Amino acid sequence: MEINKKQDGESLVLQCAGRLDTTTAPMLEAELLPAFDESENVVLDFADLIYVSSAGLRVLLKAQKKADAINGSLVLQNISEEIKEVFDMTGFSDILTLE
Amino acid sequence: MNEIIVAASLNNADKVLDFIEQAATGLGFKEQTQLRIAAEEVFVNIASYAYSPSSGDVRIRVSSDAEAVTVEFADKGKPYNPLEHSDPDISLPLQEREIGGLGLLMAKKLTDHIEYQRSGELNILTIRKNCKH
Repeated sequence: MEINKKQDGESLVLQCAGRLDTTTAPMLEAELLPAFDESENVVLDFADLIYVSSAGLRVLLKAQKKADAINGSLVLQNISEEIKEVFDMTGFSDILTLE
Repeated sequence: MNEIIVAASLNNADKVLDFIEQAATGLGFKEQTQLRIAAEEVFVNIASYAYSPSSGDVRIRVSSDAEAVTVEFADKGKPYNPLEHSDPDISLPLQEREIGGLGLLMAKKLTDHIEYQRSGELNILTIRKNCKH
């Protein structure tokens, strides 16, 4: 997985490409959790992400809890149909903000 | 039939999943991706729990025909049927959500068939993904 970080106005955007799986989830965790120290509003751009397994869901859950704890926000953008299905089947569509 | 035997370790996840993907001919991109996720969840479960705190091997067999791809995972770990566990509550509010059990739920929902069998000293978990025609 490749992660590209950029500032977009008030938000910090992490563009993720490839697979978010058991091997790459620690990479995202290492970028995403500290991102909230730089900006309260973090956006994950999943336009080029093709795959999310439960290891990835674990990181997203942690990040969402952190965003709530600091009254910040975590927004997921450009979700593919396949990844949306994973969020739906695990109930994550209800606890994440998908745009 | 294609077979690979590896140490049941998370470090081998990519190797195993690439092997399955190459052997799983006949699936479209979407089915291929769904099978890979399901296989990841099963393998991660075995790597995390089957031999813990010791270690051991897992044998993976993949067979494909015109109808379906079948992947069988066999380990010699503790007798354990992951399908006996009830699914996690996916309607809880954020703060009460936990990640345990989600992987297996995904493996069930992303495949057309999942089955556990104890055979001698082996735990055998089989998943099947149908080819869409």
